Amino acid sequence: MNFAVLQFPASNCDQDALHAVRLLGHPARYVWHKENSLGDADAVIVPGGFSYGDYLRCGAIARFSSVMQAVKQFADNGGLVIGICNGFQVLTEAGLLPGALIRNRDLQFHCEHIFLKTATTDSPFTNKIPPGKLLRVPIAHGEGCYFADEETLAKLKAGNQILWQYCSATGELTESANPNGSLLNIAGVCNERRNVAGLMPHPERASELALGSDDGKWIFESIFAALEKKTAAKAA
Amino acid sequence: MKAKIIITPKKAVVDPQGKTVQNALEHMGYKGVTGVHVGKYIEIDLAPGTDLAAAERVLNDAAHKFLSNPIIEDYKLEIE
Repeated sequence: MNFAVLQFPASNCDQDALHAVRLLGHPARYVWHKENSLGDADAVIVPGGFSYGDYLRCGAIARFSSVMQAVKQFADNGGLVIGICNGFQVLTEAGLLPGALIRNRDLQFHCEHIFLKTATTDSPFTNKIPPGKLLRVPIAHGEGCYFADEETLAKLKAGNQILWQYCSATGELTESANPNGSLLNIAGVCNERRNVAGLMPHPERASELALGSDDGKWIFESIFAALEKKTAAKAA
Repeated sequence: MKAKIIITPKKAVVDPQGKTVQNALEHMGYKGVTGVHVGKYIEIDLAPGTDLAAAERVLNDAAHKFLSNPIIEDYKLEIE
């Protein structure tokens, strides 16, 4: 199973994402933003960073890049796409995920470890996360406050599309555990079809114990499991 | 010819920047400020003689698809 890690000018978590996937035993390669094709990719990671300098709005310019047209097509065909941090912002700007990410409530850039509660294991991005397991992973963003109008939020809830929420060390969805003011403590969501997901925290920076936490690996393990299932279904 | 696009955060969206500027204005002693909203201003130069209606159509499209994000922002377009 091959992973494509996109590279935009000023992506800066591309190497971390590539490293995490390879460390966990699967091939990954970079795909430059000017490429028109994702090649033989089975899954796409849109990494963190400050694509195109975050000019205009975070992710607003990246969405028009050549490679994003290929990603849209890939997603339309049911391919798995995950956006991390700036990648999440790119996917919302591209309309592949609902909502938008705006300036943190306190106007501060937050760089710290937080706890994530997995709201549902019914997705290709969460299926391997042990039940009740809180993920301790880092965040590093200035514009990670999730916003969507009431109608969209109601749809997200009804469709079980909220995947991760910021929580306390004991798993409560409190205001003080919410680092950026996100509505409903939302840290990550998926689309209706459940093949595209985005989250502000960085699982790729917490996938080996040398980095202080390997909780992030559960998200990658979930994607591996989903891809294996897909391959098995195709073969059958 | 010039197009001017003013982008502001939607009323339903929290605007911590606007709130902070409002607080600062109050600290400076300005009275009667009941709200501040910080947005963006974009100026676009157009070739002389550009057809006004056509430019309006194209720029509204661009403002909707790219220059603003309709989920969180409103915009106003003026061409002069």
